[in-house]
Amino acid sequence: MQAEMPPQDAGLRRRHDLREAVTILPETRQPRSERNVIFRIPPSRLLACAFAGVLLWLAAPATAAVAVEQMLGNGLRVVVKPDRRAPVVVVMLWYRVGSMDEVNGVTGVAHVLEHMMFKGTKAVPAGEFSRRIAAAGGRDNAFTSLDYTGYFQTLHKSQLALALKLEADRIVNLVLKQEEFEKEIKVVMEERRWRTDDRPRSIVYERLRSAALVAHPYRNPIIGWMNDLENMRVDDARAFYERWYAPNNAMLVVVGDVAPDEVFGLAERYFGGIGPKALPPRKPQEEPPQFGIKRLTVKAPAELPYVLMAYRVPVLRDPETDWEPYALEMLANVLDGNAAARFPRTLVRTERLANSAGASYDGIGRGPGMFYLDGVPSPGRNAAELEEGLRRELARIAAEGVTEQELRRIKAQAVASHVYQRDSMFYQARQIGSLEMAGLSHRTLDLMLEKLRQVTPEQVQEVARKYFVDEGLTVAYLDPQPLGARKPIAPPPGLRHAR
Amino acid sequence: MRAEWTVFKLVAVLLLAAGPAHAILPIQHWQTQSGARVYFVENHDLPMLDLSVEFPAGVGFDRKDKSGAANMTNRLLRMGAEGMTEDEVAQKLADVGAQLSGSFNTDRAGLALRTLSSREEREQALSVFATILQRPSFPSDVLEREKIRLVAALKEADTKPDTIAALNFYRMLYRDHPYALRSSGEAETVERLAREDLIDFYRRHYTAQQAVVAMIGDLTREEATAIAEKVTAGLPRSEDAGPELPAVEPLPAGAIRVIPHPATQSHILIGAPGIRRDDPDYYPLFIGNYILGGGGFVSRIADEVRQKRGLAYSAYSYFSPLKERGPFLIGMQTQREQAQEALEVVRTTLREFIANGPTREEITAAKQNLIGGFPLRIDSNRKIHGYLAAIGFYRLPLTFLDDFVKNIERVTADDVKSAFARRIDPDRMVTVVVGAAEAQAAATQPVK
Repeated sequence: MQAEMPPQDAGLRRRHDLREAVTILPETRQPRSERNVIFRIPPSRLLACAFAGVLLWLAAPATAAVAVEQMLGNGLRVVVKPDRRAPVVVVMLWYRVGSMDEVNGVTGVAHVLEHMMFKGTKAVPAGEFSRRIAAAGGRDNAFTSLDYTGYFQTLHKSQLALALKLEADRIVNLVLKQEEFEKEIKVVMEERRWRTDDRPRSIVYERLRSAALVAHPYRNPIIGWMNDLENMRVDDARAFYERWYAPNNAMLVVVGDVAPDEVFGLAERYFGGIGPKALPPRKPQEEPPQFGIKRLTVKAPAELPYVLMAYRVPVLRDPETDWEPYALEMLANVLDGNAAARFPRTLVRTERLANSAGASYDGIGRGPGMFYLDGVPSPGRNAAELEEGLRRELARIAAEGVTEQELRRIKAQAVASHVYQRDSMFYQARQIGSLEMAGLSHRTLDLMLEKLRQVTPEQVQEVARKYFVDEGLTVAYLDPQPLGARKPIAPPPGLRHAR
Repeated sequence: MRAEWTVFKLVAVLLLAAGPAHAILPIQHWQTQSGARVYFVENHDLPMLDLSVEFPAGVGFDRKDKSGAANMTNRLLRMGAEGMTEDEVAQKLADVGAQLSGSFNTDRAGLALRTLSSREEREQALSVFATILQRPSFPSDVLEREKIRLVAALKEADTKPDTIAALNFYRMLYRDHPYALRSSGEAETVERLAREDLIDFYRRHYTAQQAVVAMIGDLTREEATAIAEKVTAGLPRSEDAGPELPAVEPLPAGAIRVIPHPATQSHILIGAPGIRRDDPDYYPLFIGNYILGGGGFVSRIADEVRQKRGLAYSAYSYFSPLKERGPFLIGMQTQREQAQEALEVVRTTLREFIANGPTREEITAAKQNLIGGFPLRIDSNRKIHGYLAAIGFYRLPLTFLDDFVKNIERVTADDVKSAFARRIDPDRMVTVVVGAAEAQAAATQPVK
């Protein structure tokens, strides 16, 4: 039962959520607008951040409890972060394999496998995993991203062993049945229709990425291309499982009212006997240079045009010596980090050129980085004018820089938001896992915040000059098409109210 | 038997955790001098504060000819107040890392703030919050701009199958009742809104006597008392008890509407007016819905539609209890060619559930989840704050959370069956299908 009824329209959602992870269960059963209206719970509970980029969100100062880590003999890393505010525990098992590890013809298989992980092992029949977690008072779900796949349960702390036992079981004992696969692949195709095919701005995002990149597998959507899904076989999921699911390719993160030694003991007990695997070599698949601007158009049923621009930028590799990712993160926040930032202030409120405008930076990831600008033009203005406006704001920073005050404001927000994040055990687990999956240690969190605080206006100006050039730019427009007549009509006989 | 035992074990764990003589969550409650009701939980674990002030000022209090006034009033609170432009409001809050949001839904509307509790940050954030809530200026030029933005967004939303489905669903469900109104208003009524409409709405609905203050965080009772006074003392006053909502009439008959749309999936909503927040059947329906369509993977609807047949990614049901009868709703999206099959599956599932009720095993499993999972409902300040606001607004007992487990525990399979049979008549429901196959739609065009 839900406390409130969903309002029936989108209102003015701040921006399209570009970093949405693909989850096995819908994140919400309500229109997104609901989440935006009540207390602004961020658009995606999984990858949500109140700020423009992931980096700022991930960088956290020392919190009350420190995470401790051990590695089992089979290579499984276990990270435990005590949080004793409630008798609850969050268990997340992360696999360092995502859609970027797929090959042509089987795009989407990482996510399909994630769905199949609930379809039974030798000891735990199909559907039984979730039933047992539910019977223990728990909630469970899973997510797939470009870089990783994760499974999680939230339960009363007395049920920790159950979650670990069930997760350990499905690392090695998954039974991939043809009949279950046939049903589940249909579910995934429905998910693709729901998530992408019927959402024009999602198509724009999907097509922009595949145009921006030519060689790196980030060019494929996490959900997979429809034709690949149509032609997928249960053996494809099995091969992926056998290749990548192993304790030495995984990390167990536990946050909650637990003692680290207890968790290490239980982890050893349930996971310790699982042998490691020789993992396939990971090819770098470096994206070759781009030699000029790329443009594309998506025609789809909609009312308003939409502009999405992506610049190729570096990501954080060495938290100690890199400085550009921190400057790019500050830049994204100067543009769109809060209601006082430049895009909402200038483009939306003062010039009234945009109905909405946003900026975001994917600074953490295994693959190449992108810096996105997007927006919806105001009525009477077109996509080209908005593109010009977005570019003008960047050019202004390249020419004139940013103020100390703007940076100070963002730093204050970063500090505050890291206090707020401690209100959620789920976020804390998510933070540790997503850093580690990108090859960064969760121990560098303090360092990252410190580095962000050291960013100077000159550095922000320098990255604005260096990276926001046409040679690294891809621009996509949504060209809205009419829906056609859609007057209410009498139901066809087959759809009459059933007796 | 073993399963039953687990339930009791979990109940015992919860009660022990809470301690024999203490409430699970000690809620402090008082009234401000201006008459606002305050609900406060003192918690010093994190150096932060969550605060909201809400009023009976949601969609339900809109008038048809001024539909959208409620939402626009709420939206403009953040966009200018005595001595502050909208940019200054945004800057002052951002400078101290505070997060401000409007809260707006069917019954309630107001503002919410999350801030650090350290003195300097807290005082600046609260000062802005108190000013915009009590002395908003509703600037005309901002209103004109927001009308344009909103109308564009409404027109965009009108192209989306999920919006079209929801709008038609609520209109068919609630007809003349204000719950039928679009939450942000209609394009035509929004365009006509004047500054006076907002001032008038604000004066009538954002009154101190109707205000509910919900607070959790790193404050002493004395500090909380002072804050509650500060954010309500200057609110509009009103002698009467505030506007009332009309009762929701039952549906006269079942109805179905099929609306063509180029989407690849049909968006399907089935429902009827459900229950009020104070309904005595709340717990039986709550548990029953968990079994029917609320329990994620383990519900009957998810099992029949998704697990067994692969017809949808998302298929669910819920009750949304409100001041007056909020909706009971079943929803799903499926490839348009199989919409009819999916509808039949859902209808059969619902009929079967209403006719026979849940099994004993299902009741046990539902209780295990809801009781064992109770701590998950209050494991963060954010979630507790949500309960405080609801307890305050709907005047639920202060012991609502303490009694939750007990209230779940005593529900039987027969209670669920009888409550559903009394509340949901499968022959009197509204069905909306958006995105039917064009051929089907064309074949049934009425003769002109």
